[in-house]
Amino acid sequence: MTEIFSAFLLTLLVITAMAVVKSRNLFVAVMLTGIFSLLIAINFFLLDAADVALTEAAVGAGVATVFFLSALALTSEEERSRSAYRTIGIAVFITITIVLGYATLGMPSYGDPEAPVHVHVAPWYMEKTPEYIDIPNVVTAVLGSFRGYDTLGEVFVVFTAGIGVLFILGVRPPSKTRGAAPVASDEAGLRHYLIPKVVVRLFIPFVLLFGLYVQFHGEYSPGGGFQAGAIIAASIILYALLEGEERAMQVIPRRVLNGLIAGGALLYGAVGLAGIVAGGSFLDYSVLGSDPVKGQQMGLLVIEAGVGITVTGVLVSIFHAFAARERV
Amino acid sequence: MEFLGLYHYLVFPLLLMSGIYAIIAKRNLVKKLIGLSLMQSAVFLLYITMSKVEGGTGPILKPDATDVIYSNPLPEVLILTAIVVGISTAALGLGIIVRIKEEFGSVEEDVIRELGGR
Repeated sequence: MTEIFSAFLLTLLVITAMAVVKSRNLFVAVMLTGIFSLLIAINFFLLDAADVALTEAAVGAGVATVFFLSALALTSEEERSRSAYRTIGIAVFITITIVLGYATLGMPSYGDPEAPVHVHVAPWYMEKTPEYIDIPNVVTAVLGSFRGYDTLGEVFVVFTAGIGVLFILGVRPPSKTRGAAPVASDEAGLRHYLIPKVVVRLFIPFVLLFGLYVQFHGEYSPGGGFQAGAIIAASIILYALLEGEERAMQVIPRRVLNGLIAGGALLYGAVGLAGIVAGGSFLDYSVLGSDPVKGQQMGLLVIEAGVGITVTGVLVSIFHAFAARERV
Repeated sequence: MEFLGLYHYLVFPLLLMSGIYAIIAKRNLVKKLIGLSLMQSAVFLLYITMSKVEGGTGPILKPDATDVIYSNPLPEVLILTAIVVGISTAALGLGIIVRIKEEFGSVEEDVIRELGGR
């Protein structure tokens, strides 16, 4: 039964991807990418990757759609020029699909427990996680502790991308529309529409609560800083969409957002340094607690919080950077 | 099960190439960026497909159970972080596109090229 459902989802995925590429209306294309993300998230879940599914649903279907839409509001919704290099494109499509399709015949068969990826280091992680860290969610353990360096790097990539967007959009737009009256703050947002108002106001606290649950329960169930950051950012963006950009800025001012962006990444780094100070090596949490296992759990909790803070800050800042800009 | 595996591996190049087609053939910069994220999703799907173990369950340990098969946590860790990094870099690309629109008045490649004098 699951197989049929899985195959059905994959077929839908391909159809959606083709429709995204084909559609000349970019609004439609962006909405379809949202659907694409949701479908691929369900598929991830069927492939036992609940953590990834949660992230993809929050980021791909939620935040990414908002970013793309706000960029469309600043550019244009229609694709004006016709496609170029059509034949080359189709030729490349067919050739590489055939070559890759042929190459995948040499892949280890699906679900094979003896595949190289399952017999290398993965069993070690599965076996040692209860002993060294003693938390059920191995994904969180690998992410935060065994591969803490990688995650630190990723957090700094997110940090850098956020700073980059703020720099690029920090430039004043060429002033053609200076005379245009700014929208009165009472009229901004969707507050005048009854259904969004009621539904969103009802939703926001629960979304926030769920975000915090995902953040702090990440050691025991699917979740962690990356997912929680995306979910919390989504709830703040939802608030901004309802109440208007300015109100949201009053609730969480620019200064606080900048603090969040830098603070989370620094918190992560500080935990690493604390390890050195306490006599271990960089990002070695074992020395932070009374015994190594407690130290590991402590370190994980703090670095996950750092990750969550940075991701929230970056995503919300990016949203504000796009939303605050006037169309030229 | 075998059929499903082959199907998964076939969907990967189709998605990847849809993305590449958008990058090659479309002149709209936003569309190119959407193509890039399609490619990215295709790679995510391939990784997660490889993490699956037959009859397995998610890699969250159950304290009392002994004979449970768990899927591989490693690809999941890689992709989990890659998704969030992906959206941040896509946003960076969107920021650049918005600036291009403001300077050139268009996000169509051919128009921008003419204005650039090349």
